[in-house]
Amino acid sequence: MRSDLQSAPLSLKIAAAAGLLFLHLPILLIFVYAFTTEEKSYQWPPPGFTTQWLAVTWNRPDVWQALGLSVQVGAISTAIALVLGTLCAAAVSGSKFFGRETISLLVILPIALPGIITGIALRSAFSLAEIPFSMWTIILGHATFCVVVVYNNAVARFRRVSGSLVEASMDLDANGFQTFRYCILPNIGTALVAGGMLAFALSFDEVIVTTFTAGQQQTLPIWMLEELVRPRQRPVTNVVAMVVVLVTLLPILAAYYLTRDGDQIAGSGK
Amino acid sequence: MTAADVAHRVGAKGAILPDRGGLWGHLSDTFWRRPKLLLFLMLAPPVLWLGIVYLGSLFALLLQSFFSIDEFSGMINRQFTLKTYADLLQPSNIDIILRTVVMAAVVTLASVVVAFPIAYYAARYARGKWKALFYLGIMLPLWSSYLVKIYAWKLILAKEGILTWFFEKVHLMWLVDAWLSLPIVGGNSLSFSFTGTFIVFVYVWLPFMILPVQASLERVPANLVEASSDLGATPAQTFRNVLFPLALPGIVAGSIFTFSLTLGDYIIPQIIGNSQLFIGMAVYAHQGTAGNIPLAAAFTVVPIVVMGFYLWGAKRMGAFDAL
Amino acid sequence: MTPAVSFKQVSRHFGQVKAVDAVDLDIGEGEFFAMLGPSGSGKTTCLRLIAGFEQPTSGSIEIFGSQAEGVPPYRRNVNTVFQDYALFPHLNVLDNVAYGLMVKGVGRTEREREAETALEMVKLPGYGARRPGQLSGGQRQRVALARALVNRPKVLLLDEPLGALDLKLRENMQEELKSLQKALGITFVFVTHDQGEALSMANRIAVFNDGRIMQVGSPEDIYQRPNSRFVADFVGSSNVLPPDFVARHGGQRRWASLRPEAVRIVDGEGSAIAATVVSRSYLGGTTRLGLDVEGQRINALLPAGQPLPAEGQSVRIGFTPADLHLMDDAG
Repeated sequence: MRSDLQSAPLSLKIAAAAGLLFLHLPILLIFVYAFTTEEKSYQWPPPGFTTQWLAVTWNRPDVWQALGLSVQVGAISTAIALVLGTLCAAAVSGSKFFGRETISLLVILPIALPGIITGIALRSAFSLAEIPFSMWTIILGHATFCVVVVYNNAVARFRRVSGSLVEASMDLDANGFQTFRYCILPNIGTALVAGGMLAFALSFDEVIVTTFTAGQQQTLPIWMLEELVRPRQRPVTNVVAMVVVLVTLLPILAAYYLTRDGDQIAGSGK
Repeated sequence: MTAADVAHRVGAKGAILPDRGGLWGHLSDTFWRRPKLLLFLMLAPPVLWLGIVYLGSLFALLLQSFFSIDEFSGMINRQFTLKTYADLLQPSNIDIILRTVVMAAVVTLASVVVAFPIAYYAARYARGKWKALFYLGIMLPLWSSYLVKIYAWKLILAKEGILTWFFEKVHLMWLVDAWLSLPIVGGNSLSFSFTGTFIVFVYVWLPFMILPVQASLERVPANLVEASSDLGATPAQTFRNVLFPLALPGIVAGSIFTFSLTLGDYIIPQIIGNSQLFIGMAVYAHQGTAGNIPLAAAFTVVPIVVMGFYLWGAKRMGAFDAL
Repeated sequence: MTPAVSFKQVSRHFGQVKAVDAVDLDIGEGEFFAMLGPSGSGKTTCLRLIAGFEQPTSGSIEIFGSQAEGVPPYRRNVNTVFQDYALFPHLNVLDNVAYGLMVKGVGRTEREREAETALEMVKLPGYGARRPGQLSGGQRQRVALARALVNRPKVLLLDEPLGALDLKLRENMQEELKSLQKALGITFVFVTHDQGEALSMANRIAVFNDGRIMQVGSPEDIYQRPNSRFVADFVGSSNVLPPDFVARHGGQRRWASLRPEAVRIVDGEGSAIAATVVSRSYLGGTTRLGLDVEGQRINALLPAGQPLPAEGQSVRIGFTPADLHLMDDAG
């Protein structure tokens, strides 16, 4: 849709800009609150500014523990999701077969249905099978929906890689595995990295399913949820929130640059 | 390389190259001869995982909704019964369901209104670096932490927070108080009312609405708009007759997200709202200390059924092509 | 002498569709062989059968006497130049050309040297460092050619190689391909739907229709002596004359083909036939006249420099009986 070269009407520009601001201002506000001197409430305007809360947060052991668990869970879930998601994407885009549509639908379900359903389903399954809660139950849940993100990215890229490249490689006497290594992998590599990073960000942030699949363990979002319901030191929560925003910013930006030329980052069906 | 060289080399090799041997070579040959085998091996791990872990637990959940809980002992009675569904249909529970569905609908409508200008501008007018800016500007909030976003609004809506400060500065506080004293949408403060819940819902799901709408607007070929104006339509008519109908599948696709996410959410109403229950909170409460998993399961069936109908309707409208 | 490629009753069915239907074919060593036909005629499928991307449903294929069914493409000493060139976007030109050598384990210095030689052969010396995205269509095609030839295949397959090029480029490449093939002596098999291309480049042509070969022969054979209406129609827009007309003016009651350039405008001689000019198309070096001859539409191709009759004018036309080529069947 590049038809009109005339500029947009002013009202539209204002509406669009206002909308974008609406999306971003609240988060920026947190950055301000992370440096306030006021400890007991969310007073605005902040009475004063200080950087002391950064040090306080640094010294809180529960924050580090939660962060560590989040990173572990994220890394392992992403690894599992990369393998499963790529295999599935390769199979689905490679050839038409009976049940292809069904499998595409199946892969999307974990994200299409509300998180609470996934959460409680897993929880009741665990209790039925008498599996105790642990880091691995969290990973089981996370990997399941991380597969979707990797799958979407991989499928979008497979679609763009011309089918005749594989034939060309085989024609030039590369067997199946060599073709995978020298021809297919370099072409989908960046999509896989992007998918992996988005999957990590998704897992790092996830709270709805995690509250159902964690026992006593606290990932960072669970820690934050606790703080939201029963605040201990509000500014510490602000600092952690700010750090989380910054940390998840990086993978998203990187994923964007990796898949930039042409197609959308296929994770928008979160 | 003269012709003689080539001729000599060509003659030296056979037409079929010798088997290069080795494990990979043989494996590769086998997969080439039996592509279905390769397909099966590739699909087995993900399908098994998703089938067992995901579908399996969904099925277990559904099964549980047909059990019932013994009120006195608190134990789950594993016998097939419809008693739990009967429980679901009690007025207090129906209340919860209705409340959630209405909120989902209102949130969806508001999201469309707010998202449309952004998506429209991004699809039709943004070029070059502005396009990238818009794209990132929508992607980043989409992927940034769900809890952080809720938390940010808790700060904003707090009694001592920035919104109250703003309204007092412009002497419009009386308007806010009047609104808060209204029966359904009001409450103690913005942060403890349905209005607050509504605002946060719209905020958090907004990117999910913007993206599909933008995608479907971008898919409208440029020459359709040109054809319309060539045939004499004013820009407003072109919008009404060409662009909006073609954006509709995107809108419906986005509404799938906003509707479904609102139906199942239990965190936002808990943090920003009065203590009246939504479906998500009811599920959480029932499966928690009460241990009434059958009722919790029955509650979850509601969003599944609602979304089932919604998705069926959306598919008929072609919304899936916009995803 | 063993044929380079030999098809014996080869069929390739896709469900109900018979893409290739019991085809027999022998391609000689060192030939420049063309497979000509409209879309869906089975010529591309035959090419892919030789390359190994398809397996025959029945029949047998031999390449230089060795059985080819069941042999994967990466074990056939056959290389393909693809229609869309299929250059690897993630590799530069030199690595593209050297790919086949790399996967066969040839060392870096040696394969880069061979690749450079191949690039010189296709007149792209020193292009090694560039990326496929930076090349023009014609250059990409040459890289694809070099990439195939560097492996010294026994048969080189070309799938509509010149389709994407503009006219001038196409004509140049046709000449280059011909001289390259002569110099290397490798069997070239190429697929095209452009009969002009086939006629100018090939030693022998096979005309395909509906999964079968209609006729195999030298370009002259195919053009001057088409054995069926289809071939006559497809290879040069011939005039296909029904038996009645042929009986009146040629003696026998059979279908016949008459090349447009064989039709002349004459001045009222005894054997001349009356006709009305229906249309005139100026083609530069020639002019095509559409004529109505006793209800039968006949096209004539007149060389430039002749005085041309106007539309609607009545003329008289003539042709030598030998130009009227009688055909076996009507189909």
